[in-house]
Amino acid sequence: MPLALEFEHVDFAYPHGPPVLREVDLEVTPGEFLAIAGPNGGGKTTLLRLALGLEHPTRGAVRLFGEPADHFRDRARLGYLAQRAQLGVQAPATVREIVAAGRSPLNPFGRLSAADREAIDAGIERVGLAPFAGRRLTRLSGGQQQRAFIAKALVADPALLALDEPTAGVDVEAQDALAELLARLNSELGVTILYVSHEFGAIEHVVERLVLVRERIVYDGPPESLPGVWHDPSHAHV
Amino acid sequence: MFDLEFMRLAFAAGAVVGLLAPVVGFFLVQRQMSLIGDGIGHVAFAGVAAGYLIGISPVWTALVAAVVGAGAIEWLRARRQAAGDQALALVFYTGIAGGVVLISSAGALNANLFTYLFGSILTVTRGDLLRIALLGLGGLVLVAVLLRALLAVAIDEEGARVAGLPVAVLNGVISMLAALTIGISMRIVGILLIAALMVVPVIAAQRIAWSLRSTIGLAVAIGLGSVLTGLTISYYGNLPPGGTIVLTATAAFLVAAAAESLNARL
Repeated sequence: MPLALEFEHVDFAYPHGPPVLREVDLEVTPGEFLAIAGPNGGGKTTLLRLALGLEHPTRGAVRLFGEPADHFRDRARLGYLAQRAQLGVQAPATVREIVAAGRSPLNPFGRLSAADREAIDAGIERVGLAPFAGRRLTRLSGGQQQRAFIAKALVADPALLALDEPTAGVDVEAQDALAELLARLNSELGVTILYVSHEFGAIEHVVERLVLVRERIVYDGPPESLPGVWHDPSHAHV
Repeated sequence: MFDLEFMRLAFAAGAVVGLLAPVVGFFLVQRQMSLIGDGIGHVAFAGVAAGYLIGISPVWTALVAAVVGAGAIEWLRARRQAAGDQALALVFYTGIAGGVVLISSAGALNANLFTYLFGSILTVTRGDLLRIALLGLGGLVLVAVLLRALLAVAIDEEGARVAGLPVAVLNGVISMLAALTIGISMRIVGILLIAALMVVPVIAAQRIAWSLRSTIGLAVAIGLGSVLTGLTISYYGNLPPGGTIVLTATAAFLVAAAAESLNARL
């Protein structure tokens, strides 16, 4: 079985900009739950964008399930939760409409099959939002809104779920609940999870592997083996 | 009122505009590009001026200019050559400046120009109605076919990109539909006011709607109601139709905002 994700000697810089990532090597096996942390500006979101094929490496190769990430075709296998600021949380949409947007969006005339409808209901149930399925997103808490978008990201049954700063703008309780939810989804569905955040306190106890990024990968291993001082991701690790 | 052919034509054309403008406007509002219609409208003004200058129907030159303007805004935005509002400002000011220079060169700074800028119920011909109906119907069918994909982009553009949706194409479709709406609406509402008919019914509907689909439905009802009511008031009050229609839509917004406040207190 191919690796879920592979970075091989990857460098990246935006046009006319300084290097953002250098010499990144990373292998993620299917079913892993991986936290990618580091300071703001350290390159972790760029690493995620490269992983999803949204950016092209300046040097080296990024592969998703054995294929070049920027030419990966089976995109239904990818689920993505963007940063909160990029999500349409102010849209006048219900939870069901948000989740449905992740399922067969190219079907003409808005048609949904019985299987699509079942998957949407199951997705809403899975994240604990069944009682709020018909409620407008703007009437829900930040944590509940985030769960609706996670259900959307999962409704096409992806093999890999990527989350970019999912704890930004939600309270500590919601962060803990999110960590538990992701751990459950990882074990129940076997979905590979890439969790990108500038801090990893909330998920430290549920992930098996932590990667710290500061232009390069400066740590890759279990969170419990991380030297104490590195628990502060703003610390100068190099 | 309906004994007069020009009123029948104006109402029929207005009904198409009232249906299409809020549908297209819904996607502009969700993309936080409510003012794009204004930008395209000003480029369409340059198109009207070009039509006068080269001696062909300003309707067609305005439509072409609107499509070019919409394409320019989308290109600047997608290539990150300029932020959304900067792209809009660039096209907006270039359009109005080009229009003023061209219209002056054509010596067409007259009352007839005002019918394009602010609309006139006297000017819709049978040919106009046929063109408006065909293009309007085409626009509505396109939105219906692409509805779920367009909603997916409106809700979560980056997520849609990761899922493999052709986001640039879908954004381009919305911009082109905005240009089309302006092109077909200029006879009724005028190119300087049509943007309001795309946006105001949507922001009014958002106040009282309970879902995305109900927002679209209510926006269409408010848009259609505003056009038909505005045309009636315009006829009996001898008022310019564009301004009357937009003020009717604004009144609908105030009623919706009041209803929302009342609902929150109950």
